[in-house]
Amino acid sequence: MAAINFGYTISRPRAIDLDRNNLRKSDEILREMPELQTCIGCGSCTAVCTAGNLTEFNFRKVHTLVRRGEYQGAYEEMNKCMLCGKCRLVCPRGINTRGVVLLIKRKLGDF
Amino acid sequence: MKMEKMKKKRVIVIGGGAAGMQTALRLARRGIEPVIVEKEAELGGKLRGWYVLFPTFTPASEVLNELRRRVHECGIETVLSAQVTGIAPRSVELADGRRIDGDAVVVATGFSLFDASVKEEYGYGIYDNVYTSVDIERMLGEGRVAKADGSRPKRIAFLHCVGSRDEKVCQQHCSRVCCITGVKQAMEMKRLFPDADVFNFYMDIRMFGPGYEEMYREAQQQYNVHFVRGRISEASPMLDGRIQIKAEDTLTGRPLRMSVDMLVLLVGMRANDDNAALAAGAGLRQSPSGFLAARDHFLGSVRSEVEGIYYAGTVTAPKNIGETLNEAAAAADAVAEALGA
Ligand SMILES: Cc1cc2nc3c(=O)[nH]c(=O)nc-3n(C[C@H](O)[C@H](O)[C@H](O)COP(=O)(O)OP(=O)(O)OC[C@H]3O[C@@H](n4cnc5c(N)ncnc54)[C@H](O)[C@@H]3O)c2cc1C
Ligand code: SF4
Ligand code: SF4
Ligand code: SF4
Repeated sequence: MAAINFGYTISRPRAIDLDRNNLRKSDEILREMPELQTCIGCGSCTAVCTAGNLTEFNFRKVHTLVRRGEYQGAYEEMNKCMLCGKCRLVCPRGINTRGVVLLIKRKLGDF
Repeated sequence: MKMEKMKKKRVIVIGGGAAGMQTALRLARRGIEPVIVEKEAELGGKLRGWYVLFPTFTPASEVLNELRRRVHECGIETVLSAQVTGIAPRSVELADGRRIDGDAVVVATGFSLFDASVKEEYGYGIYDNVYTSVDIERMLGEGRVAKADGSRPKRIAFLHCVGSRDEKVCQQHCSRVCCITGVKQAMEMKRLFPDADVFNFYMDIRMFGPGYEEMYREAQQQYNVHFVRGRISEASPMLDGRIQIKAEDTLTGRPLRMSVDMLVLLVGMRANDDNAALAAGAGLRQSPSGFLAARDHFLGSVRSEVEGIYYAGTVTAPKNIGETLNEAAAAADAVAEALGA
């Protein structure tokens, strides 16, 4: 979980190791919502995010990490989302970002 | 000798921008009689609104005046203030009901500018001190770049991709020229206001042309322009007339906010609204972006799917002036070949 501070102090390897990460969950998520693959990382969602302006929550970063197979802590992070929907109004790719939050929580709830 | 006895072929060029003028010149050189039909009262197209051109800072008027001079010198027939509303392979129809006949038609009707007020979150046309790249070109031309109250800006932000790459406004394509325009205008601002801080907010920097990447580097190194990777999500006016902007600084992963004296929106190139009607009437194809679709991207880039109708310039996609001029020459050659001239 390289760059996000989830409050753990145990140091984990910094590199995202795509040889070891299991992308099965990530693939499942993208199959259910292929539009998430069109994200261009513009950061508009994070810029307007209600939760992100109050906490360290960064929606763009969390869903990008999930797509890389870095699942740990993602569910807890997504719990910070207030489902206000502002991110969806600004996304230039028209991604149902609120739907992404709900989907990641559903898929990774037991992770 | 034989040529002179034959009646000269006549080709209708729709649009008198860079593409239309160049096409007509090249046709004339090949012994064809072109007629330019332009809806405005003068030739030139968008070039009339630009100050200096990337990547060389050449005055736009130099290119424009030279093209107009040649058109005049060659005695090319021009029909001004005449909007084409219908196209056929051998004639065009004008809004006033007139018809012009010829042996082939070249469509060089160019592009339209994105209307920045559609992106309400940036407040263009509502707040003072929010401008478009087109406004900046005009202000540079008038020799008077300043804040709304006439004072010198100390902090300027440029926003890339306004009206491009944005499904919210149904413009999915990249307009190609706005990144380099943003770099060029940032440098011009630093020349005018050396003490000002200039920030360019981008999602991707696309430096597709010769010398463009070098210019980007120069803007960073020589001009100290700050490039921030993140799209501005909203702008709001402050009590003192400045503009507060918000973005994510995606390279640090943190929300960013700042206030600026001027916010400049780099507006995109979009397809003309009348492309749909013109295409439907003539059996032409539009690409998903609304621009007219060439027969193919390689050997048929200046041909339409209808015999006798050709394309030149930005009517088929966003292009810079160099590409536009080259394509116009290619279109004229294709027409000449088809007409056996
Ligand atoms: C902000 C900005 C800055 C730019 N700066 C540069 C630069 O510095 N360097 C560079 O290389 N490129 C630059 N470009 C790109 C450049 O403007 C284009 O490459 C060029 O204008 C394309 O010429 P065109 O003839 O294809 O289209 P246009 O310039 O759009 O000309 C089309 C002509 O057709 C006419 N027309 C349209 N419809 C009809 C109709 N139905 N009937 C009759 N006439 C019609 C129009 O009135 C117009 O005169 C810039 C673009 C933008 C948006
Ligand atoms: S829906 Fe959640 S992620 Fe989106 S802006 Fe609101 S709080 Fe942030
Ligand atoms: S706004 Fe949309 S495209 Fe931009 S980073 Fe967020 S999800 Fe990706
Ligand atoms: S050229 Fe740059 S600013 Fe223009 S649409 Fe493409 S990426 Fe955006």
